[in-house]
Amino acid sequence: MGKWTRRGFIAAGVVSGGALMVGVGIREGHRAPKLAKMMTEDGETLVNVWVKLNTDNTITAIVPHSEMGQGVFTSMTQMLADEMDADWDKVTYEQAPAHEAYANYPLGREFLMGDTKVPGMVQDSLNGGFLRIAQSMGLQITGGSTAVRFTGMGGMRIAGAAAREMIVKAAAKTWDVPAKELRTEKSFVYHDATNRSEPYAAFAEQAGKYAPPTQPKLKSPEEFKLMGKPLKRFDIPSKTNGTAEFGIDVDLPGMKYAAVMGPPVLGAKAEQVDETYAADMPGVIKTLNKGWFVAVVADSYWQAENAVRQLEVTWSKTGAESLGQSDIYALLGQAIDDADGKGKEDIAIGNARRAAGGAARVYEAEYRVPFLAHAAMEPINATAWVREGKVEFWSGLQNPLAVRDEIAGALNVKKHDVTVHNVMLGGGFGRRSEADYPLMAVEIAKEFDHPVKMIWSREQDTQQDWYRPASISRFKAGLDEDGMPVSWENMFVQKFDPPEASHIPYKIDNQLIQHTEAEHHVRFGPWRSVDHTQHGFFIESFVDELADQAGMDGYTYRRKLLEHSPRYLTVLDAAADAAGWGRDVPDGRGLGIALVDSFGTVVAQVVEVDVTGPEPKVVHVWCAADPGYVMNPDGFTAQIESGIIYGLTAALYGNITIEDGAVVQSNFHDYPMLRMRDAPEITVKLINSGAKVGGGGEPGTPPIAPALANAVFAATGVRVRSQPIASFKQGLT
Amino acid sequence: MSETKLIVNGEERSVEVDPNTPLLWVLREQLKLNGTKFGCGIAQCGACTVHLDGTPVRSCSTPVAAADGAEITTIEGVGNDDGMRHAVQAAWVEHQVPQCGYCQSGQIMSAVALLRDNPDPTDEDIDVAMSGNICRCGAYGRIRAAIKTAARA
Repeated sequence: MGKWTRRGFIAAGVVSGGALMVGVGIREGHRAPKLAKMMTEDGETLVNVWVKLNTDNTITAIVPHSEMGQGVFTSMTQMLADEMDADWDKVTYEQAPAHEAYANYPLGREFLMGDTKVPGMVQDSLNGGFLRIAQSMGLQITGGSTAVRFTGMGGMRIAGAAAREMIVKAAAKTWDVPAKELRTEKSFVYHDATNRSEPYAAFAEQAGKYAPPTQPKLKSPEEFKLMGKPLKRFDIPSKTNGTAEFGIDVDLPGMKYAAVMGPPVLGAKAEQVDETYAADMPGVIKTLNKGWFVAVVADSYWQAENAVRQLEVTWSKTGAESLGQSDIYALLGQAIDDADGKGKEDIAIGNARRAAGGAARVYEAEYRVPFLAHAAMEPINATAWVREGKVEFWSGLQNPLAVRDEIAGALNVKKHDVTVHNVMLGGGFGRRSEADYPLMAVEIAKEFDHPVKMIWSREQDTQQDWYRPASISRFKAGLDEDGMPVSWENMFVQKFDPPEASHIPYKIDNQLIQHTEAEHHVRFGPWRSVDHTQHGFFIESFVDELADQAGMDGYTYRRKLLEHSPRYLTVLDAAADAAGWGRDVPDGRGLGIALVDSFGTVVAQVVEVDVTGPEPKVVHVWCAADPGYVMNPDGFTAQIESGIIYGLTAALYGNITIEDGAVVQSNFHDYPMLRMRDAPEITVKLINSGAKVGGGGEPGTPPIAPALANAVFAATGVRVRSQPIASFKQGLT
Repeated sequence: MSETKLIVNGEERSVEVDPNTPLLWVLREQLKLNGTKFGCGIAQCGACTVHLDGTPVRSCSTPVAAADGAEITTIEGVGNDDGMRHAVQAAWVEHQVPQCGYCQSGQIMSAVALLRDNPDPTDEDIDVAMSGNICRCGAYGRIRAAIKTAARA
């Protein structure tokens, strides 16, 4: 753990009803006495509260993240409860409301990143917020695989440890014995010498009188009782019996339903709407032209959806109407041509050009990836109720606090008059960090006195997304006589986040990694692992090509380039060993390997592919992952499995294309998903290297596409330099 | 608008709706059974799977008129008579199958139907029965394992 900065504080107090609350927070300019005062006034909601010890000795963890499938409530609570020596059976969680007090950026900003200054913060900018998450941690954002590694390590653990120390101190005082003679276990304090024991709650009042410890002692891994254990997730039973409430399930008295349609060419405005037919359809209450979208509100969603499809809308011309997918690829390639080797530098080490000039030979390749939609299972939806200058809002959000601010700004109401209820997300993957749909819902709802639930059709969800960008990346390597690289040059188009995504794990003395910009109207959105998805494919495909140039297999070649990093080697070896790398595979099969370090977690994957059918079939994926320390092995494994399937779906099938300026694909028939019959067996090996704790939600995704492409090469000798890979045989002539 | 009689999870229900309304929206909006989910609207993803007279159907593409008089089972009606979990639901918890959980009502309805007709399914049987249900969290391996556990229960 890093140092506990002066501006950090731990606040504590007894709130109404006698519960002890301990919170961790850091806020510039706020001194502890002032915060203590705020707490007395407003109990639970004014500090960064992470734990509440209730009078019945149950413990409630307050988690400032969104549950979108990653088990965050469980892992966060697990970290807190372990430091507190809590009885796991009597620990529950609450999701923090959308309130600054629960924002996680201060932790990231001040504590975890030392005194690194954040430019401007993201306070009122949601759509750009994710881009800066690496610098700022955003605002109560769930994304960037941040929960365990930042909120958990910097917040939950410290709150739990501080609470425990305060309780022990209170017990020592109450029993008049030295604190060092006390031990804690399962939410009880014990004094073995006098055979005394009492529940934590017995000391809550006394503990609340103390100033919290400024540097609570955290456990070392050998002392962990809950961390590192595969505890079952809190939310799973409710997800097997239909009781889990997602955004789409919100049901309010008098609620009506809205269906919407956005511009086919993103950015266009509705100039004219002919509602002659739609307005008379059954159940229709009102049609709306909001310019950036049109909507129908009706008694039922089905009626609204039928009617919105009957609106005849004249959309404005944006200039993008003539653009097709090949034009976009051409302009991306042109941008690289135009940069003429002089892009913005990501990395410049040594002198790559001079080294290439003196190399025995050079090798070049270009790779390309398409746009991707997120396609979460739950179509975009939000429910809003606007009345008397107040807004109540329900949706599954990755950034609820920023949404609250965006809504306040759009409707010109005060922030504290906007209440955001963040409900479970039926998948997020980055899509639900955007504010477009919340603003749509409130724009509709403000026309009515009653609540309105807006639901997007799958077609809208697919065609009004914020897309993983299409991209092109060009490489040039200088090779020595043995085929080992003496230089690495890379120029790619468009850079988003995180900034290190284009960096390579390999030791090459001369590197020049650059990017250039390109403009088109297809809006960027963070997509599970963000820039790592494309750079994982680009880098790990090119390294594999270099291996082939050197006459080596991809594993052996990578090993040579990773000798400087025991951590990388361990992960690479673990994946290769699990897969039985080097064994004979039947005709028509091949093994491919890839390694990507993303969000602090190192992941290597080996794919076994079968290419005897019309499309490549992934038979088995062996994965080794090192996040430093695995908090919940089963939960982490599930995240890695999920990341693999998500990435494999994209690698095999994902292809959003543009025609006449509009997204062509609309639903699962033309934007296909991996299904049970195509799902590979997955073996996951976890490694606790002790390195700084990394993320879990995203790092499983980046290596799978290159591992698959490399396996296809091993099986066929055909190098696949673009996606989707399922159709690679169609490209063979 | 016309009256449609449904037997939902053993209970007789009557609704006044356009007979073309998909069963999904009647279950969700009229009958307030929100466990059945909307995913695609064109019978591609299986999130809306319910049993119609014992057969798994995609309720998003089944007009309510086609269910007139029929027995419908939704996720809310899957548990045993004494309110206990179905073996499939118990296996889902044991294997920690759900992540976001949104598709899981549909997955469970497909799995329950599979095991009722075929108590000892092979991997191929599972492929056939379950490939109509998309899971974007990619829980397929755990679903397969849970079905096998439930089959042994």
